[in-house]
Amino acid sequence: MTSPLLNAQQLVKNFGGLTAVANVSVHFNQNELVGLIGPNDAGKTTLFNLLTGETPVTSGAITLSTDQGVQSLTGKRPTAIAQAGLSRTFQNIRLFKTLSVLDNVRIAMTNHYHDGFFSSIFRTPKYYQTEAAMTTAAQELLAFFNLTDVANQPAKNLPYGTQRRLEIVRALATKPKILFLDEPAAGMNPEETADLTRLIRQIQHDFHITVVLIEHDMSLVMSVVERLYVLNHGALLAEGTPSEIQQNPAVIKAYLGGEPSC
Amino acid sequence: MKANLKYNLAWLALMVAVFVLIDACEFFGIINSFIENMLVTIGINIILATGLNLIIGFSGQFSLGHAGFMAIGAYATGIITQNIATPLGFYLSMVVGIAIAMVAALIVGIPTLRLHGDYLAIATMGAAEIIRILINNFKITNGAAGLFNIPPLVTWATVYVLMCLTTIMTVNFIHSRRGRAVMAVREDEIAAEAMGINTTRWKLVAFVFGAGTAAIGGSLHAAYIQTIAPGDFNIMASIAILIIVVLGGVGSITGTFVAAIVLGALDTILQNFGTLRMIIYSLALILIMIFKPAGLLGNWEFSFKRLSQSRKKATVHD
Ligand SMILES: Nc1ncnc2c1ncn2[C@@H]1O[C@H](COP(=O)(O)OP(=O)(O)O)[C@@H](O)[C@H]1O
Ligand SMILES: [Mg+2]
Repeated sequence: MTSPLLNAQQLVKNFGGLTAVANVSVHFNQNELVGLIGPNDAGKTTLFNLLTGETPVTSGAITLSTDQGVQSLTGKRPTAIAQAGLSRTFQNIRLFKTLSVLDNVRIAMTNHYHDGFFSSIFRTPKYYQTEAAMTTAAQELLAFFNLTDVANQPAKNLPYGTQRRLEIVRALATKPKILFLDEPAAGMNPEETADLTRLIRQIQHDFHITVVLIEHDMSLVMSVVERLYVLNHGALLAEGTPSEIQQNPAVIKAYLGGEPSC
Repeated sequence: MKANLKYNLAWLALMVAVFVLIDACEFFGIINSFIENMLVTIGINIILATGLNLIIGFSGQFSLGHAGFMAIGAYATGIITQNIATPLGFYLSMVVGIAIAMVAALIVGIPTLRLHGDYLAIATMGAAEIIRILINNFKITNGAAGLFNIPPLVTWATVYVLMCLTTIMTVNFIHSRRGRAVMAVREDEIAAEAMGINTTRWKLVAFVFGAGTAAIGGSLHAAYIQTIAPGDFNIMASIAILIIVVLGGVGSITGTFVAAIVLGALDTILQNFGTLRMIIYSLALILIMIFKPAGLLGNWEFSFKRLSQSRKKATVHD
């Protein structure tokens, strides 16, 4: 068996006296769609923050498999981790609000294009070429997600569900190896959620990337993911396929028991 | 490409037209030395405030020491052109001023811009004060007395051309991959980092760029006014530049132009009112801030491109 794409070993995060993540080990394989579920305050977002470097770990190790071998991500800044191929969305949407939808996407492409400093401040042909290339690539992504019509609107003017979709597009524009989605269906109606479910499957398939999904909506998670992790009070409660998780007594007791739909 | 050429030509035509207009007014004696002085001050203030707007309005970092970088340019020019009193000497001094100002900005920026938060405001205020005190005590800068008889190596035309050049460079910077990265930092530092944007680097780029243009403003000031002293570059001078930015609209270069012109004209008109001048000036500022809290233009920008697009739309609707 090949080593996993991302491997996190015994992650711990303490906030003062509170242990938000307690000795959690998870791994994500190439081209996999994994779910991360758990009740409120279970530590799901904190785990994402640890993996993407936004919050430094108290202890534990994170490694990423690359073409150049296994690389340690422990202690790296979020910028470096993003450049290594981990991208994300936020539970509380964090778009570049006053900037246009197009600019939101083009910003995520910053590191993939290069025009010299003087070429851009004096607008040599190289500047126009780079701008055109970035804009075309961004417009292609926007078209794929049906956002062409709103490309020139400020991000803050979009309806809530569309903002969530834009955040996914922006994350994809960084050309990630792994995409972390923190409750992408939060605040969406059932119809939007169904669309989103299709979209997430399509992303994982068309972009050949690994997607990790935090979700409250059980129907969404169970129908799309191949594998699930269940967190409870900061600790890993269970791991397995959706059907295994649905039959796990500990999970039923801690989480699913409260959900009438399951 | 063709469309881009069209808008670039429109801007070029506007710049040439204003130049010809001022030149004609000079020729027919409509502009006396008093008004020319006002125009030059407005031009220099536009250079200074555009750079500061890049830092405050576009990268979202609060800088309170812009006059410090201006002082570096002014003294570089004052000292060098007293020894090399030729136009070449002036441009050499300007380049030296820009280089020193940029190095100073790096020294102030590297430790402070790594942090999230408004640490830059305090650091720049302190740095500008240190620069002023150094100038006050060095022999080469002639201490508190300052420099006088600086060769008059620039005319209003030099100021005008350099104002156009720095504005073009700043606006081009903003509308590039770099400018967007800088604005992403302003919008949301955490999201920018998560998108692989090196926030410290882009904040630093905007800050150093702004410091460099401030040095250009200082060089022009020294060569046109011909007299400089450390007191010209104190905290009040930094605040005067800040007022232009805030009044015009943080994040609007067009607003910076409008505010620099309005304040320059107001200042000139009020010169006859003696001490009453400062009161009326302050009152005008307060009124504008009450009725237009986002500045005269908010973050609106004039654009030939948008103008022609909206006109096209209008004709389609007809
Ligand atoms: N920055 C922080 N400082 C202190 N406590 C935090 C911080 N972030 C999260 N927590 C706490 O950690 C626990 C887990 O939160 P979170 O990861 O957001 O849970 P979830 O995403 O599963 O709802 C909560 O009790 C929360 O209050
Ligand atoms: Mg959460």
